[in-house]
Amino acid sequence: MTAPRSRLRPADVLRAGTTGLRYRRGRALLSALGIAIGIAALVAVLGITRSSQSALLAEIDQLGTNLLTVTNGQTLDGHEAELPGYATTMIRRVAGVEQAAPTAILASARVYRTGKVPVFDTGGLAARAADPSLLAVLSGSVRQGTFLNAATSRYPVTVLGYQAARSLGVAGLDSPGPPPRVLIGGQWFTVAGILNPLPLAPEIDRSALVGFGVAGSLLGYDGRPSRIYVRTDVTRTAQVAALLGPTANPENPGGAAVSQPSAALTARLAVAAASTALFLGLGAVALLVGGIGIANVMVIAVLERRAEIGLRRALGAARTHIAAQFLAEALILGALGGAAGLAAGTSITAVIARSRHWALLIPAAGLWGGLAVAIAVAGIAGLYPAARAARLAPAEALRTI
Amino acid sequence: MKRRFRPGLKTGVYAAIPMTELIAPALSLRDVRKTYPGSPPVEPVRGITLRVMPGEMVAVAGPSGSGKTTLLHLTAGLERPTSGTVQIAGQHLAALSDRELAGLRAWRVGVIFQQFFLLDALSAVENVAAALLYQAIPAARRREIATTMLDLVGLGHRLWHRPRELSGGEQQRVAIARALAGNPAVVLADEPTGNLDQATGQEIMALLGELNRDRGVTLVVITHDAAVAAAAGRQIELRDGRVVSDSGRPPGTERQAP
Repeated sequence: MTAPRSRLRPADVLRAGTTGLRYRRGRALLSALGIAIGIAALVAVLGITRSSQSALLAEIDQLGTNLLTVTNGQTLDGHEAELPGYATTMIRRVAGVEQAAPTAILASARVYRTGKVPVFDTGGLAARAADPSLLAVLSGSVRQGTFLNAATSRYPVTVLGYQAARSLGVAGLDSPGPPPRVLIGGQWFTVAGILNPLPLAPEIDRSALVGFGVAGSLLGYDGRPSRIYVRTDVTRTAQVAALLGPTANPENPGGAAVSQPSAALTARLAVAAASTALFLGLGAVALLVGGIGIANVMVIAVLERRAEIGLRRALGAARTHIAAQFLAEALILGALGGAAGLAAGTSITAVIARSRHWALLIPAAGLWGGLAVAIAVAGIAGLYPAARAARLAPAEALRTI
Repeated sequence: MKRRFRPGLKTGVYAAIPMTELIAPALSLRDVRKTYPGSPPVEPVRGITLRVMPGEMVAVAGPSGSGKTTLLHLTAGLERPTSGTVQIAGQHLAALSDRELAGLRAWRVGVIFQQFFLLDALSAVENVAAALLYQAIPAARRREIATTMLDLVGLGHRLWHRPRELSGGEQQRVAIARALAGNPAVVLADEPTGNLDQATGQEIMALLGELNRDRGVTLVVITHDAAVAAAAGRQIELRDGRVVSDSGRPPGTERQAP
C-alpha cells in the first residue's frame, strides 16, 4: 500500500511562516525595519516631488507661460544697447501680442524711507517708471491701496513692490494720519499702494513704481523703456518671442533680449525631478541594505532552527515545504516592512505637504509599486536562506543539538 | 485503502485491519548498511536484517556508538541506506522521491525523540496537530484529532499550555501524542526516557506499553537502558552496527551467513 505524497496546504505554509516571526517578534521587527525605511524613503520622495510639482505647475498655470519680457540687450561690441522709445508702440502692433507694458529703471533715483538714511544704504531697491497697464500684464494684484492710474501718474505718488514695502518699513496704509511718504531721487513721494508678490517679475517686488509723467518731470527720465512686459496669445508665444527682438529695436535686432520668466519656474521643475532621481537612488540603497539584513537574519534563523527543520522533516515535510516555509517568512517580513514603510512615507509626505500648503498627492503606482518592491526584495533575500534550510539533511539536523 | 486510527473507539483495533496488512511487516530491513564518507569512513550500521510485525513492541538496546540512532533514522525514512533495502509498511524506500519519502514519514511513521523536540512557539495541541500538517488535513480537523490524542495520553487538561509550562514527562507525553496523531504503521522512539528522571521514565514506558497492548501501536524503542528494554516484548541487541541478539526474531528473518 503506497503512502500518499507529502502535501502542505497554502494556508499552512503561511501559518508556518509566521511561527518563527511570532516567536521572535523583536528580531522580526528589526529585520523588517530596513525594508520599511527604504520604502518610506521611496514613497516620501515620490509623494513630496509629486505634491510640490503639482503646486509649482498650478503656480505656473495661474501665472501663465505667455508672459514675455523684452529688456536691453548688448550691442555687437559688448556695450548695453538701449531700447528705443517707440519700442512699446511697435510691440503692441505685433500679431499675437495681447498687452504690453513698458517699465524703465530710474538709475539715478535712489529710494529711501527718510532723508536721514545714509546714501549708500539703498537696501537694493530701485525706482522704476511704470505704466498703469503693468498690473494687468503681470496678472498682479494690489495688497493695499491702489495702483497707478492716468491721474496719479503725473503726481509724486508711488506704488511699492512687496519686498520694497517691507524693506522700507511701510507696514500699511490703513493707519490714521497722513499716508506714508518715501524719498525717491530727493523728492517726497506719497505711497498710494503696495503690491502682492509677483513670482514672474521679482524685480518689481523690489521696486518703487512711479508714473512715466512724474518720472519725466521730477526724476530725469529720458523716455527709453528698459524692460517691456508682454502678454501674448497663449498659442503663439513662441512665434511672438521670435518677432519681439527685431520689432523692439529694428536698427539693432540683437539689442533687445527676449525672455520667458515662466521658464525659470519650469527649470525648477526639472531640478526637482533631478533631485528626485537622487533620493530615489538613496531609497533603493536603503532597500538593498534592508534586503541584505533580511537575508542575514534568515540565515541565522536557519542555523538556529536546525532542530525545528529536522523535526518538520521527520513529521513529513519535503524539502520544498521547508523552503516554502522560510520563503513565506521572508515574504511576510517584506510585506510588514513594506506596509510600515508606506504608512511612514505617506505620513511624512502629508506633514510636509501640509506645512507647505500643497495638496497631498502620492502616485498610486508608488504605493502599490512600493509594496510590490518590498515583497520582491524580501523574496529575493529569502531565496538563499530557504535553499539552505531545504538542503539541510534531516538526520544531521536532528543529531547536532 | 485508508484506515484511520480512532482513539475513541472501544472495539479491538485488529478488527478494522485487513488480513493482508497483518501479515505484511510494519518494518523490514535486509542487510542494511550505512557508511558516511570520510577518512576513515564511518560505518555505524554494518548489515542489519530485521523485521517488525504490526502490533509488536521491540526494544533495540546497545551501548552508545552501536548504531542505534542511525538505525532509527534509517527506519524513519530520514536517511537512505548505503546498501541493503528498507521497507516501511510494505513500501521500499529506495525508489521513492524526496516528496514520496516525506509522504511516507507523514503517513506511516511516528517518531519520539529523547529531547522531545516540541516547538516552543506553539501550544501542546498545536504541537500535536503539526504531525498532520503534511497530510494536508484542514486546521480544524487537525486540532480535533490533536485534542483526542492529548486526552489519550492523559493531557486533556493541558491543551493550551506551551512546552515551557509543562514538566519533562508532560512534554514527552505531548511528543507521544504527536507521534500517534498521524496513525502511523510504526512508532519509533529514540531514548524516550533519556531526559527524564527514573519515576517519570517508568510512567512514560508504562504509557507506551499500554498503547501497544490496548491499541496495537507498533513500537520500536531504542534505548541503552536495560530496564527500559525489559519493558518490551522483544529485545534486540546491537553492537558495532550489527544485531548480536534478538529475543523474538520472527521466522524467516534469520541473518544470512556472510
